[in-house]
Amino acid sequence: MPSPRYWREIPNRYRLEAAKCTGCGKVVFPARRICPACRGEAFETINLTRKGKVITSTVIHVPPDDFLMEAPYAMAVIETPEGARLMAQVVDCEPSSVMPGMEVDLEFRLIRKEGNSGILCYGHKGVPAANGS
Amino acid sequence: MREVAIVGAGMTRFGELWKQSLRDMFAEAANAALSDAGADHIDSLYVGCMSGGQFVGQEHLGPLMADQMGMTGIPAVHVESACASGGIALRSAFMEVASGMSDLVLATGIEKMNDGADVTNVLATAADQELEVYHGVTFPGLYAMIARAHMTKYGTTEEDLAWVSVKNHKHGAMNDKAQFPLEVTVEQVLASAMVAEPLRMLHCSPVTDGAAAVLLCPLDMAKEFTDNPVKIIGSGLSTGSLALADRADPAFLDSVQSSGEQAFKMAGVGPRDVHVAEVHDCFSIAEICCIEALGFVDQGKGNKAAQEGFTAIGGCIPVNTSGGLKSKGHPVGATGIAQAIEVFRQLRGEAGKRQVENAHIGLTQNMGGSGASSVVHIFQGV
Amino acid sequence: MAGIVGYGAFMPRKRIKTEEIARQWGKNPESIKRGLLLQEKTVPGFDEDTITISVAAGRAALDRAGIDPQKVGALYIGSESHPYAVKPSGTVVSEALGIGPEVHIADFEFACKAGTEAMFVALSLVEAGQMEYAMGIGADTSQGAPDDALEFSASAGGAAYIFGKDNLIAEVLHTYSYTTDTPDFWRREGEFYPRHGGRFTGEPAYFTHVMGATSGILERTGYKPEQFAYVVFHMPNGKFPLSVGKKLGFKQEQLETGWIVNMMGNTYSGSSPTGLAAILDVAKPDDLILITSFGSGAGSDSFILKATDHLPKVQGLAPTVRSMLDGPRQYVTYGEYAKLREKIIVND
Repeated sequence: MPSPRYWREIPNRYRLEAAKCTGCGKVVFPARRICPACRGEAFETINLTRKGKVITSTVIHVPPDDFLMEAPYAMAVIETPEGARLMAQVVDCEPSSVMPGMEVDLEFRLIRKEGNSGILCYGHKGVPAANGS
Repeated sequence: MREVAIVGAGMTRFGELWKQSLRDMFAEAANAALSDAGADHIDSLYVGCMSGGQFVGQEHLGPLMADQMGMTGIPAVHVESACASGGIALRSAFMEVASGMSDLVLATGIEKMNDGADVTNVLATAADQELEVYHGVTFPGLYAMIARAHMTKYGTTEEDLAWVSVKNHKHGAMNDKAQFPLEVTVEQVLASAMVAEPLRMLHCSPVTDGAAAVLLCPLDMAKEFTDNPVKIIGSGLSTGSLALADRADPAFLDSVQSSGEQAFKMAGVGPRDVHVAEVHDCFSIAEICCIEALGFVDQGKGNKAAQEGFTAIGGCIPVNTSGGLKSKGHPVGATGIAQAIEVFRQLRGEAGKRQVENAHIGLTQNMGGSGASSVVHIFQGV
Repeated sequence: MAGIVGYGAFMPRKRIKTEEIARQWGKNPESIKRGLLLQEKTVPGFDEDTITISVAAGRAALDRAGIDPQKVGALYIGSESHPYAVKPSGTVVSEALGIGPEVHIADFEFACKAGTEAMFVALSLVEAGQMEYAMGIGADTSQGAPDDALEFSASAGGAAYIFGKDNLIAEVLHTYSYTTDTPDFWRREGEFYPRHGGRFTGEPAYFTHVMGATSGILERTGYKPEQFAYVVFHMPNGKFPLSVGKKLGFKQEQLETGWIVNMMGNTYSGSSPTGLAAILDVAKPDDLILITSFGSGAGSDSFILKATDHLPKVQGLAPTVRSMLDGPRQYVTYGEYAKLREKIIVND
């Protein structure tokens, strides 16, 4: 992964930084220039809450090369309380247990390594929500 | 706009074509289409290909392929919309003829997937790199999530998915151009290795080399080339969000519905008028979602269509008589054109054992990514 | 007076039992468990490292401190398993925590006491009035060589401490360090596993420095062992901290709460800092606490702390160490452990 491309995404990958359209209130994750709902260009920065619900999911058995050793792993579309949706792995549980409706917390994890000498790329993954959270 | 017809078609076999390069396959298909029409020149060329660059390091395919068919000098351009590249090539050719800009336009689709590229990574470039691929999802993974959403919402089962593969293989077993011209059973599908839950190996279309070409001209010129032209009466193209997370309902392919509506409107016909259709079954779930979005069945009812024979040859609306992407193969850029060729043959009564009786109106639907682009064409036998 | 305004800890949820490792190497599980007093240890996933553990611990510390991360003027992470050989862990963690860019960052290294080093420097900057808040973190995902004694104990985890002058949850009354050049345990640049001097790591290394620092701080301050509600030492295995505690005149009840190594393993730079977090999770106002770390090479840092009235108010604001030790976890086989810890040779 080329460094500039990774570095630009740090705010949304590290802090779940999103943009709330000041025109129509839609929360866009990650931030973009033009609101997909109303085409407005004025936003306020917010950080998404680090939790959400699984909307749909799968378990990857045949992974891309960079993720070879981690397969099988669960992936899900997760919706946060702000109504933003993101795609992430869900870990620290049986992959087959990750099903639509599951509540998750979002934790900071290493997403990928570019081989033995490339940069380390971080982001968030889901983990089963702690009881009572 | 002028009326446009297809007057000739040609394609390579689909499969692992070790002895043929990207250019070899193109030349074979292109010349076969010209021969079929009895044409000796073209005015313009469209080359649909997902990624000559990533698969074999070759971009700038327009001039390269014009040269390969001995026609350097003509306008030629590479068009891309991931797995819908072929359909886009067809639509581009259609618009060029319909507008009066050119008379004879060759719409081609090609893909060379087996020359050693990392196919998983290349195909993943059709997904959202920053939001999806970054996190480790694969193409089958995205469709698996669509499948699970469909299962959660409508009770679709793994067996329902298997029936789509079984039906399409039954059709493909009768197609001598198919990569896997053999039947499979539900048990075999359900016993195949898991790729991304719930999708198994035999729910997924294969990795394929191939090329296909169709020659278009104004309808009033068609008789110079064939007694049985096939008119293109509708064309629709629509985009959906690239990231699955941005779709309001992951179980619904809105771009397919929208492109279908556009094409039906232009053609002045509806889903019930279609006699035969080639639909984008890159994964079994895709066929289920597409026949729903196109309106062949009600939303949520697509899951039983294959098992009940609704979409088999002899059923209400035969879908993927060619064997679909599953059995025929899916050389990404070529698929959209190969779909058009199957409908072309059906509407001319040339489909042999796969022939749908009295097929007069046909439809092709070609999709890119996890539904980020969809292009639909409607055809009428003349 | 400066002290702790927020603290947090984190450990991976994957675990491996001592007997699973013992069986792999044909050793008697019961005698290993008895000899080292270890039941199980944490195992980091492919996606966990010193940086991710530091972020989790740091987030918990910020939740307890209730401060604006932008006010943290320095962030130091001590580890012997920083993910990069050159490029700081601290910058990734600070961006994730919302700290900076007006911040001092450096990575610290001193075998297992890099964490308390980071804490000492963070505390000192606040004491000196240079900044309002500073954070020191100790975290590790260290390796134990196959079929070596350290393979039973080397584990992953860490804790983060935010120092300030107001709304303290624990005052830092005194600090004291005791350091000599003692080559008991080391890893050369480029080597995958560390090496150690066997029994030389005991008396001349661990015991000399832990006792040197602890007696030193007690002598300097005049406190007696019995005055402390809790004490925690670096925990390379289950036995050493109990043994040194006894030698120094502490009782089992004082050692118990911080003695989490039997379930967690040795989290190296995270060891005594995580033990301290376990203590802070249950300590009462005015409790006196003593922590002495140990880093091979060798040295020890001692801190004497006193809990304040404010501590009970923040204990529940983030997960406790006990909840992580006893909470949902996944046990792995030795094969899975070897895969996760990259002990299996794979093609490029």
